[in-house]
Amino acid sequence: MKKVMMGNHALSFGGMLGRAQVIAAYPITPQTQVVELLSEMCADKTLDATFIKVESEHSAMAASIGASLAGARTFTATSAQGLALMHELLHWASGGRNPVVMGNINRAMAPGWSIWSDQNDSLSQRDTGWIQFYCSNNQEVLDTVIQAFKVSEKLMIPSMVILDAFTLSHTYEVVDLPDQKKVDEFLPPFRPEIKLTPDDPHAFGGLTSPEHYFELRYKLQKDMEKAPALIEKTGKEYEKMFGRYLGQVEEYRCDDADFIFITSGTVGSTARVAIDELREEGVKVGNLRIKVFRPFPFEKVRNIIKKAKKVAVVDRNISYGHHGIFYQEVKSAMFGHHNSLPIFGFIAGLGGRDVTPSTFREILGHVQKKDKSEEEIIWIGVKK
Amino acid sequence: MSQDKKKKKMRLSLPEEELMNPGHVGCQGCGATLAMRYTLKALGQKVVLCIPACCWSVIDGPFPYSSLDVPIFHCAFETAAVSASGVKAGLEMVGDTETTVVAWAGDGGTFDIGIQALSGVAERNDDILYICYDNEAYMNTGIQRSSATPYGAWTTTTPVKHFKNRPKKDIDAIMAAHRIPYIATASVGYPEDLFKKAKKAKDIKGTRFLHIYAPCPVGWKSRSEDTIKLSRMVVQNATFPLYEIEWGEKYTLNIKLKEKKPIEDYLRLQGRFRHLTEKEIAYMQEEVDRKWERLLATVEGCQ
Repeated sequence: MKKVMMGNHALSFGGMLGRAQVIAAYPITPQTQVVELLSEMCADKTLDATFIKVESEHSAMAASIGASLAGARTFTATSAQGLALMHELLHWASGGRNPVVMGNINRAMAPGWSIWSDQNDSLSQRDTGWIQFYCSNNQEVLDTVIQAFKVSEKLMIPSMVILDAFTLSHTYEVVDLPDQKKVDEFLPPFRPEIKLTPDDPHAFGGLTSPEHYFELRYKLQKDMEKAPALIEKTGKEYEKMFGRYLGQVEEYRCDDADFIFITSGTVGSTARVAIDELREEGVKVGNLRIKVFRPFPFEKVRNIIKKAKKVAVVDRNISYGHHGIFYQEVKSAMFGHHNSLPIFGFIAGLGGRDVTPSTFREILGHVQKKDKSEEEIIWIGVKK
Repeated sequence: MSQDKKKKKMRLSLPEEELMNPGHVGCQGCGATLAMRYTLKALGQKVVLCIPACCWSVIDGPFPYSSLDVPIFHCAFETAAVSASGVKAGLEMVGDTETTVVAWAGDGGTFDIGIQALSGVAERNDDILYICYDNEAYMNTGIQRSSATPYGAWTTTTPVKHFKNRPKKDIDAIMAAHRIPYIATASVGYPEDLFKKAKKAKDIKGTRFLHIYAPCPVGWKSRSEDTIKLSRMVVQNATFPLYEIEWGEKYTLNIKLKEKKPIEDYLRLQGRFRHLTEKEIAYMQEEVDRKWERLLATVEGCQ
């Protein structure tokens, strides 16, 4: 069934079709519609779930972890300040191996107060042990939630499904809602091997000495390393059933490209428009959109961009005192493999500043002029 | 007939069955261990405990061991109440509607860092049993003051020269203001009363709050053999009266005092109060008297 819906509602429908059993959430702009619709679904029993209307995001994640540990499929959503407030518990969810799935609407961090998009909120959570999916359209949002449940529950690692504030969260697009029966077939109920129950008492997360802690973290990393192959496999399985493939990256006209843009989120869809225009003019450009940031798809990125002459990474984020965050990752992917490939790092669109097709023309201008990047950060559109 | 009577075994006032085993790492004379032991006797095995950072997150024993026969979720410091709500919701969604989900926290995790989540849970009347074992300071981190520390007490962050100069936070009144179905105070010095209250709380639906006085010899600079004595004296001198509150309004006094004892003897058994002058003790006595009178009036008003 096709339906016109906003990105936030695509998250809600993802949670519904995934048959989330416990939802604990707190409102924050621009996430509110996600939980409004879910609370309606719970109230009218379209979704058989318990909705805990908590008093903070910190409690939202705490309740989600508790519910997940008890063996329930758990979904929540937040944004920016709310995600930052959850920080401690993001570690708790991954460290405790609770496969919570959460939507996060990318919103710039205060101060000054901003409700508009950039990626510093979610990228600040890089090292918390969550799988991170970045989406570029509402269909992808819905499809990713369903797949995230499957991947997370297989690996017992939580997932974050991320979309841009307003350019996606509040933008209406046509979304194909998959048939519930087929989704059930794709995503069987959550049945963890071990859970919190008096029938089989265990103590979870107790005092862990240096004799054991190290191994627990080693195992988390080892399972994280299984994610790339699993995401590809799950994506193919999903494609077989629903006709849409998701994977770690999306390649657009990269095959013969001299210049490749590397993007994420909705900036990646804008890039496609710019590329079509530039190709008409005879410039051989392509776009590589990174859909999974953690674990980082090193191999995919390496194989796709190695044939290009130059690469431009467009970051809607910054690690202060370093560079754009995707830029760092791409450089580290190529180091020791293709050291001579010129990689340029651009920062654009912080705090919701528009990123348009002309942004890409400007970026291309820089890349065409120079043989290699002389600066680590090239700012686009900033009033210096 | 009289001989038959003699032959009869002593009748135990609490069930013999233990859900807490030897091997825990509590200190000598620890009130918190008694609180857990008695509570589990009342609640039985169909229990899940959510324990935030507190003495009990250590007492239970290190990974991969546990001294309890019930499952434990060691949760984040400020999340005991809402972790329990999450567990309860999760268990219900997977078909277990019977298990009592308990948040088991110290006074720091209840009065201070956990109060926001606790207030949220109580306002929603989530179906959990919240138990605070109160040893009146951050004992696990080495005796720092909490908002449960009483007036006059020494701690490592309220040194003698600057002892705690504010009263203990009235958490029971705060909880009563949430109009939850059941609140009770208890003391490890009155195990039958504690047992009865835990059992009663188990069978009530909604948020139940049990506040257990639990001496800490290490932090109070008291003798470990005085733990029971102190936890009886504190009731008898009305510093920690034992009462119940139903739906935030109906107060019942459980241990009535024919003769209310003065607080001085109680204070003198604890090194944490050693520095107090007579003037300060007199002030504290006045405060206890005033609060006691107010409680009696409230109880009377409910009858």
